[in-house]
Amino acid sequence: MPDAVAPQFISTAHRDETAELGMWVFLATEVLLFGGLILGYFVYRHSYPAAFAAASRHTEIVIGAANTAILLTSSFLVACAVDAFAVETRKICAGLLSGAILLGLAFIILKGVEYADEYREHLVPGIDFNFEASEANGAQLFFVFYFVATAIHALHMLIGIGLLAVMATLTWRSPTTRHRAALHSIALYWHFVDVVWIFLFALIYLPGRSA
Amino acid sequence: MNEDNYLNAGYSLRSWFFTTDHKRIAILYFASLIFFFFVGGAAATAIRIELATPQADLVSSDMYNRLFTMHGIIMVWFFLIPSIPNTLGNFIVPLMIGARDLAFPRLNLLSWYLFMLGGAVTLFAILAGGVDTGWTFYTPFSTLYSNSYVVAAVMGVFIAGFSSILTGLNFIITIHRLRAPGLTWYRLPLFLWSLYATSVILVLATPVLAMTLVLIAVERVLGVGIFDPKIGGDPLLFQHLFWFYSHPAVYIMILPGMGVINELVSCFSRKQVFGYKFVAWASMAIAAVGFLVWGHHMFVSGQSLLASLVFSFMSFIVAVPSAIKVFNWTATLHKGSIHFDAPMLYALAFIGLFTIGGLTGLFLACLAFDVHATDTYFVVAHFHYIMVGGMVTAYFGGLHYWWPKITGRLYPEYWARAAAVLIFFGFNLTFFPQFVLGAEGMPRRYHVYPPEFQVWNVLSSGGAVILAIAYLMPMFYLGYSLFFGRRATANPWNAPGLEWQTPSPPPEHNFDTQPVVTRAPYQYSPDFKAEPQNA
Repeated sequence: MPDAVAPQFISTAHRDETAELGMWVFLATEVLLFGGLILGYFVYRHSYPAAFAAASRHTEIVIGAANTAILLTSSFLVACAVDAFAVETRKICAGLLSGAILLGLAFIILKGVEYADEYREHLVPGIDFNFEASEANGAQLFFVFYFVATAIHALHMLIGIGLLAVMATLTWRSPTTRHRAALHSIALYWHFVDVVWIFLFALIYLPGRSA
Repeated sequence: MNEDNYLNAGYSLRSWFFTTDHKRIAILYFASLIFFFFVGGAAATAIRIELATPQADLVSSDMYNRLFTMHGIIMVWFFLIPSIPNTLGNFIVPLMIGARDLAFPRLNLLSWYLFMLGGAVTLFAILAGGVDTGWTFYTPFSTLYSNSYVVAAVMGVFIAGFSSILTGLNFIITIHRLRAPGLTWYRLPLFLWSLYATSVILVLATPVLAMTLVLIAVERVLGVGIFDPKIGGDPLLFQHLFWFYSHPAVYIMILPGMGVINELVSCFSRKQVFGYKFVAWASMAIAAVGFLVWGHHMFVSGQSLLASLVFSFMSFIVAVPSAIKVFNWTATLHKGSIHFDAPMLYALAFIGLFTIGGLTGLFLACLAFDVHATDTYFVVAHFHYIMVGGMVTAYFGGLHYWWPKITGRLYPEYWARAAAVLIFFGFNLTFFPQFVLGAEGMPRRYHVYPPEFQVWNVLSSGGAVILAIAYLMPMFYLGYSLFFGRRATANPWNAPGLEWQTPSPPPEHNFDTQPVVTRAPYQYSPDFKAEPQNA
């Protein structure tokens, strides 16, 4: 696995650890990106608990739960791929990554189905929104949050799918230590997107469904 | 002059626009920032001309709103925030730590392209008709009522934000991972501590702004959104999110300046910085506490009295590390062998102006006084003392100090000193009268005012003329020195930092041999000779 090290680094290990640290700092940025949005959600859920519960009951929990399972499984496959990264097992690794990509695409497709359903049920704020009058305002706030949060999450998914596709191709051809470091960073990113979804799942689908 | 350096490593456009050399990217940023400084400065010029008389004679109210908005947006996001980090920082950080480059050179180049793209989108918003919301984009005006190019402007700022994040990330990783052998944290020059603190803010605060700007754009496009009071949304939530970024951003606009001042005060006093560890940790304290004071922008917004009290208290706390720095710089001067070269004049100007800006900040942190002074010229004067008197002065000081290293030429000392003195006087004449105006109750953001305020406004506009001339002077004499200046030696200031132990301008690979650091920064022998960090 020969590869040249950029001159600012002493060794491949130095370079690879630096790259991974870079991804951790980037994830700190991402936490704050979603953090501001989630703060807004809690402010309004605190102010309009009944409307948020009513709006949440209109979300498609079956699709949401299926998507959670799909995403967790894809993260599992990526974790296995990181473990399987080696010259001898490169085809297994690429296969695992391809499985994760397919699951990611399934998530996006289900999300699209969900959006289409919400459009038909007049739940898209700004486009013919229609809800029980008593809770309509709070429900609109809920759905603005819902669409912004899930759309930005889906954008992260699409970027992640693209990165995994590049990694799968590179691994299939000729895995190097450089690719190993890249895979580590991309796997971190993919797990992070997964964690964000777990938060969003709880905030979007669960209020108003118990008791 | 070093025969084989980063400047003559290639002459093609490709060798500049696709470079990953941190030194060339710094030059790209230099050139871009000069452009944006003049765009923002042009708006300021129009504002000061209009305010010379009490009546409206140059622009309409609507145009005036667009002018001060343009001034604010351009100066904050396209000049002050990237100013020292992306130019001097980009150039000096790897040299100071004895590295070949930043950790992620291609990310560094991407950051410049994002910056230029964000700048282009913002300029489009301005040329298409401008924005009239003020640089703060307060809702619901920005989301529901303004008939100007808000979406384009917020997208421009949004894109530039990612450039900030990438730069911050690059600096954090570089300082963690690429320090030369022997360069422990407590041997880092204080410029690096302050840039590290700045980078933490860039990475943690900017994404909150990014999300907030997305929410504004969504609300404008859909006509309904989470800040919309018609459906129970809270415009104050916008202010909280905005200032959660924008108050720490104020520290992005001063910490790098403080970092430069450490280098200047130490070098031109021929002494080590007094209380090194206190100054280093003061930077980190400012970055940390700076996240907890944003509510002092909202004392009159109707937030709870308890919240206001806490934010007021925290605002006093954050002044402590700033004061530590000022006292330590002063103590550094004590019994030093002080040289009044141009960079030192800028540094001394910084200390005075920053102190005035900081102390008036404490006035504004007092609840009772702030209610009186909110939205008056007192606030305008206060933050210009920090951002222009502080940051821009430090920027010029650092630019003169590292000019021989960057260009390999010496600037004309006489003209540089004249400009420094003129900037100090012009600045005070421009902005001190605004404290008086604010105390007497003149509100900001109006272009028509009662005649009794005219004297102070004329003084301010007159000062602005001097300031404008003083800011133009370096363009000429630094430009002249690029072609006709005397050649600089590797270490014209006889300073101990690593960046001075390599030729001027530095070779493309920065150091011929990897420097090994053997001592703390800022060491001078009893006869005031520098003791290089790697000797």
